[in-house]
Amino acid sequence: MQPILEVRNLVKCFPEVRAVDDISFIIEPGTCFGIIGPNGAGKTTTIEVIEGILSQTSGDILYKGKKRGTIFNEEVGIQLQNTELPMFLTVKETLDTFRNLYNNMADLDDLVETCHLKDIINRDNRKISGGQKQRLLLSMALANDPELVFLDEPTTGLDPQARRNLWDIVNLIKQKNKTVVLTTHYMDEAQILCDRIALMDYGKIIAIGSPAELLEKHCKGTTLSIKNTINKNMLEKLPWEWFKIQDRIEIHTNEINECINFLLENKIDLSTMVVRSQNLEDLFLKMTGKQLRV
Amino acid sequence: MWRRIWTLFKTRNHEFFRDKSALGWNFVFPFLIIAGFGFLFGDNGKTLYKAGIIRTEVSETASMNLSSNNLKFEIFRKTNFIEFIDFKSKDAAIEKLRHHRIDFLINPDSGKYWVSKSSPNGYIVEKLFHASFYDKPETFIKQTIKGREVPYVEWLFPGILGMNIMFSGLFGVGYVVVRYRKNDVLKRLSVTPLKPYEFLTSQILSRMYILLTTTFIVLAGCMLFFKFENRGSYANLFIIFALGGFSMVALGLIVASRSSSEEFAGGILNLITWPMMFLSEVWFSLEGAHPLVQQFSKLLPLTHLIDGARKIMNDGAGLLDIKYQVLMLTLMSIVFLVTGSVLFKWQKD
Repeated sequence: MQPILEVRNLVKCFPEVRAVDDISFIIEPGTCFGIIGPNGAGKTTTIEVIEGILSQTSGDILYKGKKRGTIFNEEVGIQLQNTELPMFLTVKETLDTFRNLYNNMADLDDLVETCHLKDIINRDNRKISGGQKQRLLLSMALANDPELVFLDEPTTGLDPQARRNLWDIVNLIKQKNKTVVLTTHYMDEAQILCDRIALMDYGKIIAIGSPAELLEKHCKGTTLSIKNTINKNMLEKLPWEWFKIQDRIEIHTNEINECINFLLENKIDLSTMVVRSQNLEDLFLKMTGKQLRV
Repeated sequence: MWRRIWTLFKTRNHEFFRDKSALGWNFVFPFLIIAGFGFLFGDNGKTLYKAGIIRTEVSETASMNLSSNNLKFEIFRKTNFIEFIDFKSKDAAIEKLRHHRIDFLINPDSGKYWVSKSSPNGYIVEKLFHASFYDKPETFIKQTIKGREVPYVEWLFPGILGMNIMFSGLFGVGYVVVRYRKNDVLKRLSVTPLKPYEFLTSQILSRMYILLTTTFIVLAGCMLFFKFENRGSYANLFIIFALGGFSMVALGLIVASRSSSEEFAGGILNLITWPMMFLSEVWFSLEGAHPLVQQFSKLLPLTHLIDGARKIMNDGAGLLDIKYQVLMLTLMSIVFLVTGSVLFKWQKD
């Protein structure tokens, strides 16, 4: 199957920084592709270069096998990270405005239903909550019934309930066989929504694959987390990889029983111990030596 | 293309007409200015000079007897356009004269008067004071202007309308586009099929519609309330207002073409509007001003807008009579529009 989007050796340099450093990936139609990384990793720059907001320094971006032309703007939907809504307009008027900018307009009722906007459809943009605003911005990205949708950190700053509402909507979009490109620094979000992810840091892709593949390849083990009461000498004797995360120590191990025995033998207090399977956050920590959300 | 332009035209109009404070200001501001000047410079209340009169209790008694000086003073007091202000204290009156609060001071009982050597107005009032004692010269024959004279407020009115068009055109486009850029509304629009010229056309059309609608509502309101007269054709007035408004909107586009800082744009807009306000004859004529100032004034679109509007409204001029103003406004509009369009960028720098 022809990829809907192909990025080849993409580079974007600003005067003092190489924000995107020779990255390549392909996105299959009907999948959700996540670009994950901490703030400043180059996620938004990558997505904005692909969207055409920024020009690339070098590299190629192919949409349906061809260079992006006017058809690209007609067929993609975009939700930017921080956009103010037009003032003094209602939700319905805002949606109508954006629908009318495209030749192919999505059905208004369908949009309202998909993005749960019925209750606020006649409300002034200035009087809607953060979660409602994100839903409206998402519906604006769907105003042309796009084949490819870019969502740049759509849940940043939302409360847990609003985040879950938005995940439901993204899942609905996926069910309609649309391709979604999502940037986020929430690992749980990427794990739940994305079919494939690219892990970015300092403008480079440091790992790419499905969440299951990446975890299988890099993070088979268990993470044991305890409050940091272990002295420095003892930490140096630990035979497993460990990381200091705020006031806790996280030990990555494939031998959880041996690890617990070792800690008990050395009279380490395990009353604050948490044991869990490794996730993408651990993967990022392992590959970069730093936390994802900093 | 036209559907996109029409959509953004409607959107911008909604924004403007629903913003009650901005809408109110656009209508109320010119009314307030006209009403204020109507009050200050009404036909009966217009004063050009102020003369102080020293009155004491003794002199009040004396004035009842109408001494020779007092008799002469009463003739002087009938002079039009001089406001006479009574003072009980000579020292207080001289202090006012020293600070140019009054132009002339007289004590009719003592037969003394005071003027400040550094006051041009004082010099004129002194001349008027002396002239009031003489009969009319017989070598010159008085003639009056034929037809209706133009009261100051009616002369001022096109200037106020022009100034309102200037503010509406410049700030209405300049400030709004900069705000759109700052808030990333332009960035969001740039990733739709919308072309820059479609966006700019919609903003120009919307502002022209708003600007002409508010101008003609203010015009109608002032004519109704203040009984102003338009001696020319309304069609010609529409043409000169439309051209003048277009040149301002196009100039606003240049300011809005790159900046994403409302403070910077506000500063630039003030830098443009303030000289125009004073050098385009909004408030006073530049007759007799330095030739360089007069030449500079011709470079300002507001000068041609107000000049054309005054010729139509005050003198009943036709389109041919204002062809110079029409030509200048057209040329300026083209230059501003092309420059603004070439410089325009969706994104922040």
